[in-house]
Amino acid sequence: MDNIFTGLEEDAHQEETGRRSWFKRRKKGILTTTAEKKETPEGLWNKCPECNFISTTSDLKEALFVCAKCNYHHRIGSDEYFDIIFDEQVFTEMFDDIRSVDMLHFTDLKSYQKRLDDIHSKTDLKDSMRVATGNVNGEGLVVACMDFEFIGGSLGSVMGEKFSRAVDYCIANKLPFMVISKSGGARMMESAFSLMQMAKTSGKLSQLADAQLPYFSLLTDPTFGGISASFGMLGDLNFAEPGALIGFAGPRVIKETIKKDLPPGFQRSEFLIEHGFLDFILDRKDLKNKLSQLITLFRN
Amino acid sequence: MPQYPNRQFLDFEQPIKDLYEQIEQTKKLAEKNQKIDYSSTISQLESSIVDKRKEITEHLTPWQRVQLSRHPDRPYMLKYIEKMTTNFIECHGDRNFADDKAMIGGFADLDGETVMLIGQQKGHTTKMRQLRNFGMAKPEGYRKALRLMRLAEKFDKPIITFIDTPGAYPGLEGEERGQGEAIARNIFEMIRLKVPVICIIIGEGASGGALGIGVGDRVLMMENTWYTVISPEGCSSILWRSVDKKETAAEQLKLTSIDMKGFGLVDEIVPEPIGGAHWDYVEAAELLKKVILTNLKEIKKHSPKVRINKRIEKFGKMGFWEAIPTTEIPAIASE
Ligand SMILES: [Zn+2]
Repeated sequence: MDNIFTGLEEDAHQEETGRRSWFKRRKKGILTTTAEKKETPEGLWNKCPECNFISTTSDLKEALFVCAKCNYHHRIGSDEYFDIIFDEQVFTEMFDDIRSVDMLHFTDLKSYQKRLDDIHSKTDLKDSMRVATGNVNGEGLVVACMDFEFIGGSLGSVMGEKFSRAVDYCIANKLPFMVISKSGGARMMESAFSLMQMAKTSGKLSQLADAQLPYFSLLTDPTFGGISASFGMLGDLNFAEPGALIGFAGPRVIKETIKKDLPPGFQRSEFLIEHGFLDFILDRKDLKNKLSQLITLFRN
Repeated sequence: MPQYPNRQFLDFEQPIKDLYEQIEQTKKLAEKNQKIDYSSTISQLESSIVDKRKEITEHLTPWQRVQLSRHPDRPYMLKYIEKMTTNFIECHGDRNFADDKAMIGGFADLDGETVMLIGQQKGHTTKMRQLRNFGMAKPEGYRKALRLMRLAEKFDKPIITFIDTPGAYPGLEGEERGQGEAIARNIFEMIRLKVPVICIIIGEGASGGALGIGVGDRVLMMENTWYTVISPEGCSSILWRSVDKKETAAEQLKLTSIDMKGFGLVDEIVPEPIGGAHWDYVEAAELLKKVILTNLKEIKKHSPKVRINKRIEKFGKMGFWEAIPTTEIPAIASE
């Protein structure tokens, strides 16, 4: 049974050079201000991993990090999504006062604590999920967004807790909730605690449902394992960006199990909608307007 | 239950096998030498078998505990049903796609009360192992489980789930039919069930495949079982990029019943016969039944509403983090 496992977390720890988000975050230093951090360096060229189309970083940013030629949606993080969604790029980040800690003293090739310290020293991210609230074309919304560069966007205790507090905030303020998923699955270094976040978040969604507040699940490339097997697939509406890889088990595990090549397009958004698991596929440029439209429809 | 010489022994159980062989030899001697009474020697050896079973299980590594949970003679769900209940009626199919043989369920009589029993079933022979797909259910298995839970809820019958899986099946058709969605739906619905729910890890408890039938008022673990986010093999292959680190992964994952009880992630450890459930099916079932009945009685005291709130609260408390020292929080919270 050596090759049999669920593959819940397969992608979380893979270095996927081709599809890895190139938009790297830098730690805020004494010399770099927040404003500077967000400025894109001029003259930087980027190649689309799908069609090799070359564009400047500023052009790409202008196009919401979508390839002008082939519509490939580059992987982006919470900073970019919050900017895209919220009016005038104004929002309030919430529940950013907690961070992960290596309570189990988990050590693989390096210790979990070392892993956390390394990321904390390299980026401003405190964990794999950030929560913010603001207006979308004037409509209030709470958004919880994953950052893949933080241990593959993995689901750990901090994500579970931020998710829970976000739901409480939605209920207290009668606001709709959206989660933007981008994750390899559960965080193995938190062992069973990470698994239990799937039940913890479902419990909160149950309360959100009782409060009759809408929950939107936006699945982006990639979303796997513990996320798709919990709140990722539990949206009142589930939608995804085009071409996003979404599934329960990772493609490598499935290939090893069935010992066959996987069909083209397998586990892409278009495959999921064909099999009945998505309400619609959404281009990033339409995200903001679609959201305000949905909020209005659910409320009126 | 297999008797010697049909018993199977794990590597660390070899000293027990040696004792069985000594008994066999002594019996042969006794046949040859009718004048000498060997009965005390044999009974001595028999009691040292029990001592050895105890001694061995007292000092098990986490990996050995995993091995015990997969012992080829270990009882599976149907065995417990046979020993604990009467009038079991198996109900098949998810009413949508198929009947998943890896996930079974049905009503039975437990101590005079009708209960719904649901869980993964494994096979003992090669043929049955394949039929049961090694206890790895597909979406239709989880949907069958949910159908039966709703049936139990409709008729106000308690639900008892038996978890024994190396994970949900990672296959092509599983993805086509929404393995993730099926598990997610079960977790969400189980937390809202109006009837009492008891979940028991009776063997392997791996990841979402286990949690998909693992949300209840009480979660119990049998002594020689494990429960965590991924199998040690899977963890080894992903984090160590090698299949050879499964022992280390088992240690690091802290997946034993003692660890899990210590973390407060399960409510109670169910004792097993000395040396493991595979030594005595009747005793194993009796010990389990006793714990189930006690727990059932307690959770029935609450109203459905209180039970659901307690369930949400219980899982809501799970997790660990630290507060970021205020000096490290940037002054500007929004950008
Ligand atoms: Zn392109």
